[in-house]
Amino acid sequence: MELLYVICVGVLTFSGIFLCLRARTFPVVVGLTMLGYAVNMFLFSSGRLNLEGAAILGMADKYADPLPQALVLTAIVIGFAMIAFVVILSMRARADLGSDLVDGSEPPDTRKLVKSKRGDA
Amino acid sequence: MIEHMIIWPILIPMIGGLLMLLPPFKGIERYAARRVFAVLLILAQIATAIAILLSASGNAPIFYAVGNWLPPFGIILYADTLSAILVLLTTFLGLGVILYSLAGEDRAGRYYHPLIQFQILGINGAFLTNDLFNLFVFFEVLLIASYSLLIHAGGKQKTEAALHYVILNLIGSSIFLFALGTIYGAIGTLNIADMALKISSLSESNLLLAQIGGALLLVVFGLKSAMLPLHFWLPKTYAAAPAPVAALFAIMTKVGIYCIFRVYTVIYGVEAGELADMIQPIIWPLAFVTIAIGTVGSLVSPTLKGIAGNLVIVSVGTLLIAFALRTPEATAAALMYLIHSTLATAALFLIADLIGLQRGKAGDRFVISRKLKNQSLLGSCFFVVAMVVAGLPPFSGFLGKLLILQAPTLNADKFMIFSAILLSSLVTIVALSRAGTTIFFRHAPVRDPVKDLNDSPDLSKWQITGVLVLLIASPLITIFGAQVIEMTQLAAQQLHDVELLIDVMRLRGVE
Repeated sequence: MELLYVICVGVLTFSGIFLCLRARTFPVVVGLTMLGYAVNMFLFSSGRLNLEGAAILGMADKYADPLPQALVLTAIVIGFAMIAFVVILSMRARADLGSDLVDGSEPPDTRKLVKSKRGDA
Repeated sequence: MIEHMIIWPILIPMIGGLLMLLPPFKGIERYAARRVFAVLLILAQIATAIAILLSASGNAPIFYAVGNWLPPFGIILYADTLSAILVLLTTFLGLGVILYSLAGEDRAGRYYHPLIQFQILGINGAFLTNDLFNLFVFFEVLLIASYSLLIHAGGKQKTEAALHYVILNLIGSSIFLFALGTIYGAIGTLNIADMALKISSLSESNLLLAQIGGALLLVVFGLKSAMLPLHFWLPKTYAAAPAPVAALFAIMTKVGIYCIFRVYTVIYGVEAGELADMIQPIIWPLAFVTIAIGTVGSLVSPTLKGIAGNLVIVSVGTLLIAFALRTPEATAAALMYLIHSTLATAALFLIADLIGLQRGKAGDRFVISRKLKNQSLLGSCFFVVAMVVAGLPPFSGFLGKLLILQAPTLNADKFMIFSAILLSSLVTIVALSRAGTTIFFRHAPVRDPVKDLNDSPDLSKWQITGVLVLLIASPLITIFGAQVIEMTQLAAQQLHDVELLIDVMRLRGVE
């Protein structure tokens, strides 16, 4: 179970970081969402992973740490609000800046680079 | 009532801000009611902050167990002299900002006053909390308010700056949560006092985790405080923000600095066993490079707001130098400098805005343009604020820098610190005098003087009041220098005395 969990968190973080480095707002927003999922799962595991443990005293032999669960709940709510804000903001940026690029416009040298390559071909 | 005093700086802006969204304050035409209410709220917060400061410095630091869940289990608010001074500074800055915006900036968007209140709520909360996860929550509160304030009144430039700022800070929040998870997994608590107690007795593997968590936290606080190499967002964001908002943002970098001081003095401080002062060797070189980059940046900025933004970076570097010395004297000096630099840069942002308003299309860029309508008034304000920022006597900047220069004890440190701070001051003077010369002395040949002057908007009395409130603080800090220094020294002692914190929380009994 630990291995599966670790791989999940790792893959989510990897894709989140990769997408955050893209130039357009849509992949960045998706990347931020994935990073949010990864961090929530990571926080949950900070109380150690165990099966069939109750979070309330006197219910079972084994106990799960209830604090990370509370932390995750808070983090989910906050993360959700923040993602909603960034979605609206990127739509606004699309309207204001005339493109969905994070920097507002394409960097000039890359365009030249692409053109010169095409010219060679 | 008096035992609940410490939570008031959080409750007043929260309830006040929410009330402003309801009748009788709701609606575009009811802006007058909102204005009166906003000023009353901020005055009430200043009064509470003074009361907390008197109580925390006179008697002992106060702690407040929210919901009466005693430490180390519940969320704890903790006000020592350091927190109390910073809350007072925030609310005072808030007063200047709100007064300035009464001139009309607050009518450019509907929710300006509630958002300012939420912003202050977040900053006050971050200063008062003694729980790392609660600190994260207050960070998010102040961030979401700052996101909205940044795009207040709209515009292409603001949207672009806001997009960068929001994405960066969302990534920062994720890193913060990763850090908290790591730290909780290693130490098993998020209460700062409890962590200070437990960190010296960790097992080998947990020690490594705690170290990773501490390093991740430094990334977050470094991003918030614009420490090199995480400072790239700052000049652009601050230049794009509306002037009163930029002035309020002057305290936001200081929130990051405060967190560095609190976390790496109390938790990862001298008594942390293997992890004692773990970030000091990293901060020491970074502080100097931060000063250098900020100084060069202020020299090459083409606008006055650009200079102001880069001077924020210089002040962050100066504070980090004081942090890296790791003595109570240096912390006291840093606190003195922090109070001064927050108010001074805020005033500089406001004055830059006023100058920009009266120069038509030229704005605050350093190009030859027409004469200002209120040349002498703005000129004197700029002159004073430039002296304050550059740290010339008789203003508070001089006192702050002098104390930091006196703090080091080793000769090698002295050499480094003297050259860094004095050189950066010299360059600041050059940059600001170049700015002043272009703006106030070099004018385009006038074709139609009457028409030109009529084009410029008048200064509102509220704008002048807001600027003066922030400016007057600087000579006052110098005049009451002895009292202020005494207060900052007490704050530094209380911060460095980890045993005091643990005693106040009565954590020894729990063990």
